[in-house]
Amino acid sequence: MLLISCPNCGSRDETEFHYGGQAHVPYPENPNELNDREWAEFLFYRDNTKGAFAERWLHSTGCRQWFNMLRDTVTYEIQAVYPMGTARPDAAAAAPDSGTASTAPDSTTTGTTAPDISGTSTTPASTPAPEGATT
Amino acid sequence: MADLLPEHPEFLWHNPTPKKSYDAVIVGGGGHGLATAYFLAKNHGMTNIAVLEKGWLAGGNMARNTTIIRSNYLWDESAAIYEHALKLWEILPEELEYDFLFSQRGVMNLAHTLGDVRESMRRVGANKLNGVDAEWLDPQQVKELCPILNISDNIRYPVMGATYQPRAGIAKHDHVAWAFARKCDELGVDIIQNCEVTGFLKDGNRVVGVKTSQGTIHTEKVGLCAAGHSSVLAEMAGFRLPIQSHPLQALVSELHEPVHPTVVMSNHVHVYVSQAHKGELVMGAGVDSYNGYGQRGSFHVIEHQMAAAVELFPIFARAHVLRTWGGIVDTTLDASPIVGTTPVDNMFVNCGWGTGGFKGTPAAGLTFAHTIATGTPHELNRPFALERFETGALIDEHGAAAVAH
Ligand SMILES: Cc1cc2nc3c(=O)[nH]c(=O)nc-3n(C[C@H](O)[C@H](O)[C@H](O)COP(=O)(O)OP(=O)(O)OC[C@H]3O[C@@H](n4cnc5c(N)ncnc54)[C@H](O)[C@@H]3O)c2cc1C
Ligand SMILES: [Zn+2]
Repeated sequence: MLLISCPNCGSRDETEFHYGGQAHVPYPENPNELNDREWAEFLFYRDNTKGAFAERWLHSTGCRQWFNMLRDTVTYEIQAVYPMGTARPDAAAAAPDSGTASTAPDSTTTGTTAPDISGTSTTPASTPAPEGATT
Repeated sequence: MADLLPEHPEFLWHNPTPKKSYDAVIVGGGGHGLATAYFLAKNHGMTNIAVLEKGWLAGGNMARNTTIIRSNYLWDESAAIYEHALKLWEILPEELEYDFLFSQRGVMNLAHTLGDVRESMRRVGANKLNGVDAEWLDPQQVKELCPILNISDNIRYPVMGATYQPRAGIAKHDHVAWAFARKCDELGVDIIQNCEVTGFLKDGNRVVGVKTSQGTIHTEKVGLCAAGHSSVLAEMAGFRLPIQSHPLQALVSELHEPVHPTVVMSNHVHVYVSQAHKGELVMGAGVDSYNGYGQRGSFHVIEHQMAAAVELFPIFARAHVLRTWGGIVDTTLDASPIVGTTPVDNMFVNCGWGTGGFKGTPAAGLTFAHTIATGTPHELNRPFALERFETGALIDEHGAAAVAH
């Protein structure tokens, strides 16, 4: 069971949340100009990263708000929680030994530039750090 | 009494060191990789080939699944390939000279809502048109076939009937892998364990070799059979797959006297149960919602599955969970596999079997071997090409409630 730190409600059991898959997949800007290959990419292709993965979660039985999360898909460790619409914090920089993050193509920012509600599991407990854990 | 397990020889295959080059290399030593190698050797005379497995043989999903074999899928394309697989299951113990306890004890798919009932009856009709044995059972007939099932209306989702495929059943998955491995070895195939593929050698757009933890191996052709790791290998080769890898869990109870004569699946309350030859109750549920490569999932999924099992089978309330485990399943959005060519020349892919590829093992092997050997798909896997996500010719088994496992 993941323990997920909702930005609005704090730490709650995974069962209160709904998974939304890969984050940062915008609707095509000019849908009319897409060819079949590009539509296929948008509709059916998502990254399937082994390692740090930016994904969307919905706190469906709590505040009903969406947010983004950086989670290691091997260890299941939650590395950061950050608002939708903001850039992905760099997991590799924040937690160097957290697995094979090599397949994270869009990690451009560093941990220190992460939005204020993000954090890593090494952040002191007084901040709303995500307490990613499996039991 | 529980059946005795068959004896098997101590050594079923050798552990050769890899040669410098092969005519074809299969990545992944699960059921599909081994079956592919077997049919390459047997049907196409390709014996200078190797199966490369990063861990131990059948250590992936092959020996983690709940072994349900059936062919009662809705769509024509699926019925064709899964029914072909079932026909192969019926002859394979003899062909491979290995009794892996294929037991055609029937599979029941329960209906709990009016929607389920309508879908089930439609599927029975579609199955019959495709020559797949299928029947609709009313609750009383369900009870006759499986007396321990609770068919009263005192549960949240009462049993309103079931589809039944008498020729469906279960087999011993590890023995299936060993049966294929032994024949492969006899035919001259190199089975190489502890050999992880870490990259590919390409000449332009053509694959010419694989980099492995045991060195570089040159090869004319590569067939990917890596199940949950298919995306990782595709990325190494420079293309994408429409696959998401999820944890899928299962569990067994302690050994019990035979109480459960068939296989019962319920997609609505989400549990499926059979009783293994030795006597364990074998149960599985749905995938964990998140992507995961960890070979484990969350406990609440197991809790949910147990709640459903105990409602349907009240006598299970006093059984104990002995062992739980997880695999990594490669799911597609239409819940159908991908078997065919890739954007890389001479590289072929067999993946996307997701939660239900054990039953497909023989047909995956047969059709994938054909595709690798001839460079073009077999009639049975032609519709399962990667291109379908571009053309829109999906084979949407999600719409057909019998999809799981
Ligand atoms: C809990 C569970 C229950 C299931 N129940 C059923 C069921 O009842 N009925 C059914 O039909 N199906 C079921 N399935 C699905 C079925 O197990 C799979 O679809 C099927 O086993 C996949 O094919 P495989 O056997 O070749 O996969 P695997 O056994 O997973 O083989 C893939 C192999 O590739 C290897 N590999 C990966 N990366 C590399 C690399 N880089 N280099 C070398 N080797 C590599 C892996 O180590 C692995 O051994 C279930 C699966 C699970 C997890
Ligand atoms: Zn919340």
